[in-house]
Amino acid sequence: MSQIGQLVRVFSLLSLLAVGGGTAVLPALKHHTVDEERWLTDAQFRDAYSLGQVAPGPNMLMVTVIGYRVAGAPGAVAVTLAFFLPACIIAFGVGRVWTRFHGNPWREALQRGLAPVSLGLICAGTLSLGRISISGVPTFLFAAAVFAIPFWRHVHPVWLILGGALCGCVFLRG
Amino acid sequence: MSDAAPEERVSLALLFRTFFVLGATSFGGGVVAYLREALVEERGWLDDEEFLGDLELSQTLPGLNATNMSVIVGDRLRGLAGAVVAFLGMTVPGTVIVLALGALYGIHGEHPVVNAGLKGIAAAAVGLLLSVTLQIGRKQISGLLDVFLLLVTFLAVGVFHAHVVWTILAVAPVAVLLHRPRAKRDARPA
Repeated sequence: MSQIGQLVRVFSLLSLLAVGGGTAVLPALKHHTVDEERWLTDAQFRDAYSLGQVAPGPNMLMVTVIGYRVAGAPGAVAVTLAFFLPACIIAFGVGRVWTRFHGNPWREALQRGLAPVSLGLICAGTLSLGRISISGVPTFLFAAAVFAIPFWRHVHPVWLILGGALCGCVFLRG
Repeated sequence: MSDAAPEERVSLALLFRTFFVLGATSFGGGVVAYLREALVEERGWLDDEEFLGDLELSQTLPGLNATNMSVIVGDRLRGLAGAVVAFLGMTVPGTVIVLALGALYGIHGEHPVVNAGLKGIAAAAVGLLLSVTLQIGRKQISGLLDVFLLLVTFLAVGVFHAHVVWTILAVAPVAVLLHRPRAKRDARPA
């Protein structure tokens, strides 16, 4: 029971920290779940991220996997609610008053100021995932290929993810 | 405050169904494109300007674009009930699928093929994140000030492992102040 409480505490905090979306919160997510609480290992964290990529919808459903891993189905439900609800309540509240600030110059200042901060967090999140996902030449080449392909032609991300899975099965076994 | 309701009210069932389809079919991130297609092109619930306004807000607030958009658009169309219904439609399909995957992973996670496949996905995801980040950066980063703010945030969290809470609390107010509205009469730099 206290485990559920701890899950809710951690994930509702993370919900409020996701300025810049899911990727931006990856470093804090890893810090709390892997380094501090030791709910899962680096490899399990990476696998949870990958499972989240295979599922449709919001791109941070890995939190549900983590909740399930820590405390079964109740953990999954608790974590999903804790991670999504606080941010949604803010979105609901601010969404209603936001239009009143239409034309207010501070509104633009807020957006323009937060954009580089969000992007900095997204870069840190990418690095954090890279540290546990890129280990050796083959994984580096996968990432480089997926990064390079869009410069050449548009490919739907889902094919890049599935391509990664397939290449993984072929080249990363053992 | 439901003054934004259009003349013809969208039924909650249709709202749920639309977001459920979005939640069930938006694979591989990039949910924004799916949202625009469904809400602007297909249903005509929002025009482009409203969509972009809602999207900007979703990106500025904490939380994911997909869920923030579902709440804001749901509220715009049908108030609180609309927000709840759209949020559930957006999240339930993926949650059910990821739970099933998580349970399977619990059983087969040690299997070498499963393991190798997941490693491959994670590596591909890093490449994908890099290219998405580059795209966003091109659009939103203009000028040395933005590059500086980006680097400070990145180095603090990514390299020096500062906690995101403290980083946001320290950098965000400064960033907003540096982008504060300029007085029009004389552009004094200060």
